[in-house]
Amino acid sequence: MNAAVIVFPGSNCDRDAVCALRDHTAQKVYRVWHRETALPRVDLVVLPGGFSYGDYLRSGAIAARSPIMASIKAHADRGGLVVGICNGFQVLTEAHLLPGALMRNAGLKFLCKSAKLRVENTQTAFTRAYADQAQTDIPIAHHDGNYCADEDTLKRLEDEGQITFRYLDNPNGSAHDIAGITNRAGNVLGMMPHPERAIDPLTGETGGLGFFRSLAGALT
Amino acid sequence: MKAIVHINPRSGVLDPQGQAVAGALKHLGFAGVLGARQGKVIELDLADIDAEQAREQVTKMCEQLLANTVIEDYSVQIEP
Repeated sequence: MNAAVIVFPGSNCDRDAVCALRDHTAQKVYRVWHRETALPRVDLVVLPGGFSYGDYLRSGAIAARSPIMASIKAHADRGGLVVGICNGFQVLTEAHLLPGALMRNAGLKFLCKSAKLRVENTQTAFTRAYADQAQTDIPIAHHDGNYCADEDTLKRLEDEGQITFRYLDNPNGSAHDIAGITNRAGNVLGMMPHPERAIDPLTGETGGLGFFRSLAGALT
Repeated sequence: MKAIVHINPRSGVLDPQGQAVAGALKHLGFAGVLGARQGKVIELDLADIDAEQAREQVTKMCEQLLANTVIEDYSVQIEP
């Protein structure tokens, strides 16, 4: 498995994502500047956390229209794996690769803390290393993580098993306690929590290991 | 010419910022405030073209970038 981590101006979790992928998921990890128009030959594209373009206009809005996005859409259309973490999730909704939108946290505060999650669907490329209905701790760090979609979309997400991670103690007002979702085909995932920050006991938690190990086995 | 784009959270979409603004106004003693919605205004300087064409172009800009129609409504005003 080879992976690319996209770097936007204002990305700040790209190096952490590279380390996590290199140690647990991929043979080769490329960092790709957002102005590029082509991806290297990869199986997985990761859009990292951060504050692309300073969150100007809306979080993720301007990054979602950057030159590399056309290749990422084509990669997703071919069934290639795409992950958006935090700001990356916001970019994926703005790019219409995932439904819904991420609004200002209901409590208006920037939240930076560990979040308890339940893995709702372990039949995905991103979660198959977790036990069914596993609970895990993965940190969140966001101001705009309040997932919002119309009722029909929420019903479809529920019915089709597209809700991948749910908060046990909803920190931000997200509809249906949503922390992470996939697209209908199951190859594009967005999540607000940061699994790349939870892979080493040295820094506290290891709840994100299952995520990167799942991806490592996704092609086998 | 100028285009002025008003973007607001759609009705029915929770607007925590608007709620906070309304709350603060009430604390200041403005008892008559029943609610507030917080949006944004974008002013565009445009090369002079036909007003209808300009409206059409700016509407496209709204759909493609300026507004997120999942959560926001927009209106376009063209000024000479």
